[in-house]
Amino acid sequence: MANKLLGHITAINGNMIEVAFEESVVQNEVGYVLVGEERLKSEVIKIADNTAYLQVYEITKGLKVGDEVEFTGELLSVTLGPGILSQVYDGLQNPLPALAEKYGFFLPRGVVLDAVDDTKKWHFTPTAKKGDTVYKGSPVGWVPEGIFQHKIMVPFDLEGEYTVASVAKEGDYDLRETVAVILDAKGEEIKVRMSFEWPVKIPIKAYTRKMVPTEPMVTKVRIVDTFFPVCKGGTYCIPGPFGAGKTVLQQLTSRYADVDIVILAACGERAGEVVETLREFPELEDPRTKKSLMERTVIICNTSSMPVAAREASVYTATTLGEYYRQMGLDVLILADSTSRWAQAMRELSGRLEEIPGEEAFPAYLESRIAEFYERSGYVELPDGSFGSMTIGGTVSPAGGNFEEPVTQATLKVVGAFHGLSRARSDARKFPAIDPLESWTKYKGIIDPAKVLKAHHILQRGNEVHQMMMVVGEEGTSIDDFVYYLKSEYLDSVYLQQNGFDPVDAVSDPERQKYMFDKIYDVLYTDFHFDAKDDARRFFNDLRQMTLDWNYIRMGTDEFDKKEKDIDRHIGSITA
Amino acid sequence: MKKVYNKILSIVGNVISVRARGVSNEELAEVKTKRGTSLAKVIKISNDLVSLQVFAGSRGISTDDEVRFLGRAMKVSFSDAMLGRIFNGSGEPMDKGPALSENLIEIGGPSVNPSKRIIPKRMIRTNIPMIDVFNSLVVSQKLPIFSISGEPYNELLARIALQAEVDMIILGGIGLKFDEYMYFRDELEKGGALSRSIFFMHTAADPVVEGLMVPDLCLSVAEQFALKGKDVLVLLTDMTNFADSMKEIAITMEQVPSNRGYPGDLYSQLASRYEKAVDFEGAGSLTILAVTTMPGDDVTHPVPDNTGYITEGQFYLRNGRIEPFGSLSRLKQQVNKDTREDHRAIMDGMIQLYAQYMETEEKRSMGFRMSTWDKKLLKYGALFEKQMMDLSVNISLEDALDQGWKILAECFESDEAGFRTELIRKFWPAGKDKEEKAKEEPSDDPTEEDISEEPVPETEAGEPAEKVKKKKGRTADKKKRRKA
Ligand SMILES: Nc1ncnc2c1ncn2[C@@H]1O[C@H](COP(=O)(O)OP(=O)(O)O)[C@@H](O)[C@H]1O
Ligand SMILES: [Mg+2]
Repeated sequence: MANKLLGHITAINGNMIEVAFEESVVQNEVGYVLVGEERLKSEVIKIADNTAYLQVYEITKGLKVGDEVEFTGELLSVTLGPGILSQVYDGLQNPLPALAEKYGFFLPRGVVLDAVDDTKKWHFTPTAKKGDTVYKGSPVGWVPEGIFQHKIMVPFDLEGEYTVASVAKEGDYDLRETVAVILDAKGEEIKVRMSFEWPVKIPIKAYTRKMVPTEPMVTKVRIVDTFFPVCKGGTYCIPGPFGAGKTVLQQLTSRYADVDIVILAACGERAGEVVETLREFPELEDPRTKKSLMERTVIICNTSSMPVAAREASVYTATTLGEYYRQMGLDVLILADSTSRWAQAMRELSGRLEEIPGEEAFPAYLESRIAEFYERSGYVELPDGSFGSMTIGGTVSPAGGNFEEPVTQATLKVVGAFHGLSRARSDARKFPAIDPLESWTKYKGIIDPAKVLKAHHILQRGNEVHQMMMVVGEEGTSIDDFVYYLKSEYLDSVYLQQNGFDPVDAVSDPERQKYMFDKIYDVLYTDFHFDAKDDARRFFNDLRQMTLDWNYIRMGTDEFDKKEKDIDRHIGSITA
Repeated sequence: MKKVYNKILSIVGNVISVRARGVSNEELAEVKTKRGTSLAKVIKISNDLVSLQVFAGSRGISTDDEVRFLGRAMKVSFSDAMLGRIFNGSGEPMDKGPALSENLIEIGGPSVNPSKRIIPKRMIRTNIPMIDVFNSLVVSQKLPIFSISGEPYNELLARIALQAEVDMIILGGIGLKFDEYMYFRDELEKGGALSRSIFFMHTAADPVVEGLMVPDLCLSVAEQFALKGKDVLVLLTDMTNFADSMKEIAITMEQVPSNRGYPGDLYSQLASRYEKAVDFEGAGSLTILAVTTMPGDDVTHPVPDNTGYITEGQFYLRNGRIEPFGSLSRLKQQVNKDTREDHRAIMDGMIQLYAQYMETEEKRSMGFRMSTWDKKLLKYGALFEKQMMDLSVNISLEDALDQGWKILAECFESDEAGFRTELIRKFWPAGKDKEEKAKEEPSDDPTEEDISEEPVPETEAGEPAEKVKKKKGRTADKKKRRKA
């Protein structure tokens, strides 16, 4: 770009600046504020009266009226290509470890490093050949990226049909080299490289159709997979007050979920929590691939003290990277913690733009933004006939822990499953603290829905009895009711609750869940006859203790079978 | 080049505006009035109209007073000469010592690159059992004390400061009462810690906005010392006053409030301070303990609520004690596995029994019959409160663990307290071990709480809520369910 369009600052208000411009400006294009050596990335978010309003992705300390702004004409974009996996990026795809190497402890302002190393050689294997018809998203070859075949695809902004003119031979290429040439309808040549840019706020839709999610995404968390399952390509949210276990639940899911790629968007929360993932994942083994977990992970890290506008961008960055890998026929999971911080970033900006505020000062478009975000999930069929999925799970941090607030409510309208964490459960250390009576799902899981419903019925019944007991005491409760209560407590403590920090109990794969569920289901629907409440209590206490022990034993071992026999014998002692 | 203006266009709340050119965002200015000179900070610029927040407040400012822009953002001097000194909310000396001007550093600097952070692993011992045993404090932690006014939170801060093995203490007072300030000074002096302390004091008598800079002053100086290898403990009291000052400015600037008048960026503002807590690999560290008073004893009030979402746990101070329920150190699991093998078991077991005691206590007050087990719990509850929870208890972690076993043995048989057999063999006080009894005790184990003996979870969390809140939660839950 020889002739850069320039403007100059006329006003500064927090992270928003007003810029007077001469020629033209594109809504949502990127501009750079030039202060000395620094180039502060910004985005046009409103244009009025020859003034462009830009949100600055950095702190605005020291900016002056009159400072120059350079407009790029490009929308806020990320780089797509091999080398993204196992990276740790900030919200704008700046690689944090590389920044640390160069600048030390602190995050410098106004520096941009390459998101992927474009001089690194990748071993390319062609799959398309001369004369093939291709569309956006069609693979022309692949390179190995860790454990995956990273498909090199026709860029997603190329509409219509193209013909392959040539494909590079198998060999090592870097990201700047051309690996294929394709021709458009007019015979015009287009060079395909291994990487290209894509604007983060525009969904990648290089698929042939979107389908209803039906295949369960196994998380190995029992209460989720059995009672409130999520399907590949679906959406779910985890609202809960602070300390209820949102982050730990997402961390567990990021480790054990049965997907190909996990993208963690640490959005406006504690840096310390990301550090745990960052330091531990490289050491942890992915049980599916036996490789380091980091190889399937990308971390987008824009924690609470990092610039707020970049926080707003970070969830889009995460989804765009997710969509990219979905295009390769992979199952991707996006975990955003917390979407409330993203919503707050929108609120801050909206306030500075002096827009008419909605409830709790959130902008009127909050709902549509949240809906658009979750809409980017999906199970899709790709041009080459394969399937890919992107599942989105977001935590919500409601003010005061009260779900009747705009972000939670807007989210509940669009997601497919709701895992509501309750303060009462986390206070009683019943983890994961998903409230079994409030949560819901629209997806079908790994266990017969009719049975799940009946098990859930026991929980409801048990809860009713419990409420009643608090008023009339145990003395005033019938023994039948009391047994209902004990059964629901039993189901809760041995199945719904799960020790996320025990190597065996934390990871309950479908086979084990089905096996255990059947056993417990039998207990729930067995007619026990007790003479006294104390007998019943003692029976269930012992049964619970045995089942808990069982939870900690690896399935398929002698010990496991032995414990099971003990349990059966114990049950038999009453029913016989 | 300093620019001077003497036409103030508006004075609203503590914000003034002038027409000026070449001024930069967040630049500092001096406002000279008949009463003296105050610092002011640029908070908004629109063409040549510049809004400034005046730290000494706007009272007595005349429209023709002089505004002089300093051409720089707020800075503070950083050197060893600061040790033992007392400064005000603008960083000027409050003691008789000289003003410091060498080695100026900018306050509120950039944040630490998350990829440079390390997993915290050093415990800070305080000799307070409710902290050391149940919610261990860890180097680089950021932790508030949630409290209502009237509670001895400043006493608690002073005590932790004196007992913690840190190199330096930086105390930031925001809206502190004069006698509280004197109290801190005397305590640190008595404890011989004054010479390794620095005070930034904004008292209740000072203009409200002047308190706004205190956290940044403290944290910027602390950060520098930490980079130089010092383990620094920063005490901030009271952060609710800080939030209230921000609220005042926001309202003056006619910002749309988000919740009870607080600005929409309250979370980000608080987070940018608390996130300064860090353990620098190969250098020192910065730990933050802050008092957050809860208006109306309401933890859902925006200030404690936003704080809880930011910090790594919280201590609830109520009735002069650190509450076992609700209090949480999110970092404790990083350190309590390497202390003593019974640490986690005592931590979980004693709290679970205490929760049972609370339930029994409720039953008792409602007139329900007390079983043998209930009576044991009542005895246990009383001992636990007296010998563990009371803030006057001042013993090492190891002694506190021993104390725990002693209390347990005084109240229960060794096999009914819910501990693993190997631990009982090793730690249950001699002579108190359960004798071979022919007759079995009636089992009154309540089913409410989980006493899983095996294996102790690697980590654990928020303890059972205190009764009142629990009930509230339940009724709220019920209501919602009915609606659904
Ligand atoms: N599944 C779990 N198992 C055991 N402890 C948990 C679990 N989930 C949460 N906790 C405890 O609760 C604390 C807070 O959890 P966290 O996920 O950080 O809460 P949130 O993100 O909702 O604020 C953790 O530090 C941990 O002690
Ligand atoms: Mg969290």
